[in-house]
Amino acid sequence: MTTNVRTRDGGSARSRSASRRSHGEGPFRYAATGAGVILLGIMAAIAVFLISEAIPALQANKGHFFSELVWDPNGSQVFGIAALAFGTVLSSALALVIATPIAIGVALFISHYAPRRLAGPLGYLIDLLAAVPSVVYGLWGVVFLVPLLKTPSQWLNENLGWFPLFAGEGAIGGKTMLAGAIVLAIMILPIVAAISREVFLQAPKMNEEAALALGATRWEMIRMAVLPFGRPGVISAAMLGLGRAMGETIAVALIFPATFDISFEILTPHANSIAANIANGFGEATPIGRGALIASGLVLFVITLLVNIAARMIINRRKEYARAAA
Amino acid sequence: MSKQIQVSGLDAYYGGHKAIEDVSMTIEPRSITAFIGPSGCGKSTFLRTLNRMHEVIPGARVEGKVLLDGEDLYASSVEPVSVRRMIGMVFQRPNPFPTMSIYENVAAGLRLNGRVSKSEMDGVVETSLKGANLWNEVKDRLNKPGAGLSGGQQQRLCIARAIAVQPQVLLMDEPCSALDPISTLAIEDLMAKLKDDYTIVIVTHNMQQAARVSDRTAFFNLAEQGKPGKVVEMDETSRMFTNPTEKATEDYITGRFG
Amino acid sequence: MTAIQHISTSRRIKDRVVQGLVYLAFALAVVPLVSVLWLVIKNGLGRFDLDFLTHSMRNIGARDAGGGAYHAIIGTLEQVLLASLISVPIGLLTAIYLVEYGNGGRLSRYISFFVDVMTGVPSVVAGLFILAFWVLFLGLPFSGFAGALALSILMMPTVVRSAEEMLRLVPNDLREASYALGVAKWRTIMKVVLPTALTGIITGVMLAVARVAGETAPLLLTVFFTDSINNDPFSGPQMGLPLFVFDQAGRPNDTAVDRAWTGALTLILIVMLLNLVARLIARWRAPARGR
Repeated sequence: MTTNVRTRDGGSARSRSASRRSHGEGPFRYAATGAGVILLGIMAAIAVFLISEAIPALQANKGHFFSELVWDPNGSQVFGIAALAFGTVLSSALALVIATPIAIGVALFISHYAPRRLAGPLGYLIDLLAAVPSVVYGLWGVVFLVPLLKTPSQWLNENLGWFPLFAGEGAIGGKTMLAGAIVLAIMILPIVAAISREVFLQAPKMNEEAALALGATRWEMIRMAVLPFGRPGVISAAMLGLGRAMGETIAVALIFPATFDISFEILTPHANSIAANIANGFGEATPIGRGALIASGLVLFVITLLVNIAARMIINRRKEYARAAA
Repeated sequence: MSKQIQVSGLDAYYGGHKAIEDVSMTIEPRSITAFIGPSGCGKSTFLRTLNRMHEVIPGARVEGKVLLDGEDLYASSVEPVSVRRMIGMVFQRPNPFPTMSIYENVAAGLRLNGRVSKSEMDGVVETSLKGANLWNEVKDRLNKPGAGLSGGQQQRLCIARAIAVQPQVLLMDEPCSALDPISTLAIEDLMAKLKDDYTIVIVTHNMQQAARVSDRTAFFNLAEQGKPGKVVEMDETSRMFTNPTEKATEDYITGRFG
Repeated sequence: MTAIQHISTSRRIKDRVVQGLVYLAFALAVVPLVSVLWLVIKNGLGRFDLDFLTHSMRNIGARDAGGGAYHAIIGTLEQVLLASLISVPIGLLTAIYLVEYGNGGRLSRYISFFVDVMTGVPSVVAGLFILAFWVLFLGLPFSGFAGALALSILMMPTVVRSAEEMLRLVPNDLREASYALGVAKWRTIMKVVLPTALTGIITGVMLAVARVAGETAPLLLTVFFTDSINNDPFSGPQMGLPLFVFDQAGRPNDTAVDRAWTGALTLILIVMLLNLVARLIARWRAPARGR
């Protein structure tokens, strides 16, 4: 510590000698390295403490954690993750199916279609979607989107009810999986679009010109020189979006009706997710209840971790490829 | 399948900047025409106006006439896409599509124009690669990526890709500037062979190359930095290099500037 | 050969259809943004008054009108400030390690990879972690500070990435000129590299702040709820503005939902303001980068 103070009030840069260099250099280097190690430590600590605080609840569980379709850790102490995990995966997958094509379109619009002077501001407009807080989307979803979807949902159910996702009897519309998935799609659209836009912009100009010089139309040029180049980037962008949709909490906590069953009916009020259940269940949770929620959070952590690691590995491999090509 | 190009009163702009001014010339079929001149004199820009690639750059535009056997390429009814289909181009840096195999690279242009049977496609790919003097080197690895070839081979692959669609004219923008001498020689031999079938226009920085390969030469220059480039002189290559009319041409060719 | 052939109709149609779809996609993406902002402004302006900004919810019953978000605004500002105080030094030092000391070694590659992975940690998991570690393991109470800890976990990777990017933009010539004068590496970093990258780093930090200021889930699990003003983030439950919106939106009566909208409007104003200032700082320094 004392060496640190002494070197701080040193004179001009010119007077700095090799012997004085060592005084501040060591601590500074350790601080920088230490900060990096702290970050690694936090990631490890997240796993360790989620596990250690989940264990008592898991031991008290009278049902089977992976298969039980009940969540009652506070009362009968029977709880299972199956329905929640299913809801998380289904809602995120639906969100991805809705968001990815639109995001690719938006990215192409900014990178290859919009007039150049407008491209920047219009891209910023899409980025603004990411600046709207999750809870605001939730509020918007409940107040505006849910009523709006009522009629289209009924129409889909009546005319395409043979399709399992649109099936269902009784109450159609309301706080449904579809409403949540649309809100999730809006929330992940900016990140998928932003990353896709970057990779499309990086597509080599000389290959685009080669395609045009062969007599390709704009779309054919994009298909020949832009999309193949951007494919790995778009895939990892979609996976990052998937990870984000899975972890998204408050918006779906407001929209999902907190049911505990496995249902593919996205037009009936059957929907829940791990994250939504944590937000909705935390208030009245007993110690076992909290442990159970932590256990569910651990599952969410592991799933999103795997999705993110996979996405990052695709991006990193692509980086090497891009460097090799340059 | 070789056509004459007649250019009259052509100006090209980048936004507000006029890059070339009032260029008029006739480019004869089944011959090689070379454009020479110092850097920034607009010879590459002019080349790119001949197949309407200039306007791909945002803000760039062209005024004037380019007639391909009497038909104006810049007429309002003509689409740039069909112009480029008829006038092929080879670029300064070899640019095969990195995600495609050698075969797919050559077939890329043909696939745009509707269905072609497998056997027909095989034939075109073979003819084009042979036409580009590349067939013997790649015939055993047609399904390998084009990016795996050497620089000179990649450039010949790009030539094969350009001639696969049987264009009327072949534009070459400094096609050897990124290549070693041996690959350069291979490309020059190829050009001599291709001129039997195509109208070839080549931009080059290398005056020996212009003297070696071309039948006619145009010398581009600009009055000063920031002013538009113009054609100073155009004539038979042999005469340009031995007995040029203009003083500036002689100065440039003898290496006094540029 | 006769006239220049036209391209086939099917190719032309395909090109046009794709162009239409691309424009449509962009329009579709803008619709929700406009809709959300419109509704928030329309429904939020009604209660956006001095009362709302200066009063708490103390002694306001579930069905009562009036009340405000003062306690939540104070809470959010304190929590975000504390989160920045924790995450900026750690994030900045990590970025310095990655750019100046890591040299692409094994440790720096691990750190770099996990910083990326950390960006993907769901905010609710960050909240659960602080709940498990701070409240359940250490036995410390719910507080604004616990919320700040959770938020700082979400901020760190963003700060690292943006700071790293800015540090890499600093030309190596500057570093070498400084070394040539005999200046130690760490002094060079402090006196030459950081000042050069400073505006960019500030921009990155503000964008990170804007991101966490709207987070609800981590607060829900760490600061608990309160309807009263609590200026001390280190003891007792606090409120946060996103949490206020969540709480009011969940109450089944119109006056509460009105308060939720106004809370949402306030929150968006704060977040957008942070974003705008960050972008202005970035734009202000952009010409220097171009040279």
